[in-house]
Amino acid sequence: MKPMNEMQLSFPSNSSNEAFARAAVSAFVAQLDPTVGELCDIKTAVSEAVTNCIVHAYRNTIGTIYINCRIYEDGKVIVKVRDRGCGIEDIQKAMQPMYTTSGDERAGLGFAVMQSFMDRLHVASKPGKGTSVILQKTIARRPAKNGQ
Amino acid sequence: MGVRLIFKNEVLTAALSGEIDHHAAREIRGEIDLTATKVKPQELVLDFSDVSFMDSSGVGLVMGRCKLMQLWGGKVEIRNLPPNIERIVSLAGLNQLCTIRKGDPDETNE
Repeated sequence: MKPMNEMQLSFPSNSSNEAFARAAVSAFVAQLDPTVGELCDIKTAVSEAVTNCIVHAYRNTIGTIYINCRIYEDGKVIVKVRDRGCGIEDIQKAMQPMYTTSGDERAGLGFAVMQSFMDRLHVASKPGKGTSVILQKTIARRPAKNGQ
Repeated sequence: MGVRLIFKNEVLTAALSGEIDHHAAREIRGEIDLTATKVKPQELVLDFSDVSFMDSSGVGLVMGRCKLMQLWGGKVEIRNLPPNIERIVSLAGLNQLCTIRKGDPDETNE
């Protein structure tokens, strides 16, 4: 199926861009008329994915983060967050709740949150090449305003 | 966005506001820890009344403060959680680390 609309973003991995990234995706998805809760779920998942790029993929450096977002007639939203950072050696391990390589201040819940707040999560990674995270959620369609 | 700290009767209250993500958590953590390590309160209250968004970095922030307070046997309480933040808090199981109390409407704001 062809998306009814699509957008792309790229920005440097400065932590100040976390708020920008989730707000941009949220503003775009608003076209599907989501509930506050649905929008909050998407914002949170995007925030987790982008934070992973900043904290892990580009740990001691600044790199580019790419976001592609597609929305479909049936309410489906697909957000792809991609980096060209260090990659993940063991995806299974990285996705375990409470697992973190970043010490006390990280809860290790990023993937667990993405998984529980979205309908689908797909992670692909190559060490040394980068990681891409695909988030999918379907916004419930509500009756058309004009009646039928 | 940020944190306002009030120390009264051995209780340090941190009134958090805005969006708590990895970027904001760093600053909030610094401010709370600076005061908390100085006054060593018996209780740290994290008031979420004015928080509009929180991701797992906020969970890390709470977990880290629980650890800090344990150093001198203090406790952490979470107060006034907005509904859209409750979900991530329960997913993280923060109720096992600290007390989560529903709002206290009679308390004065200023």
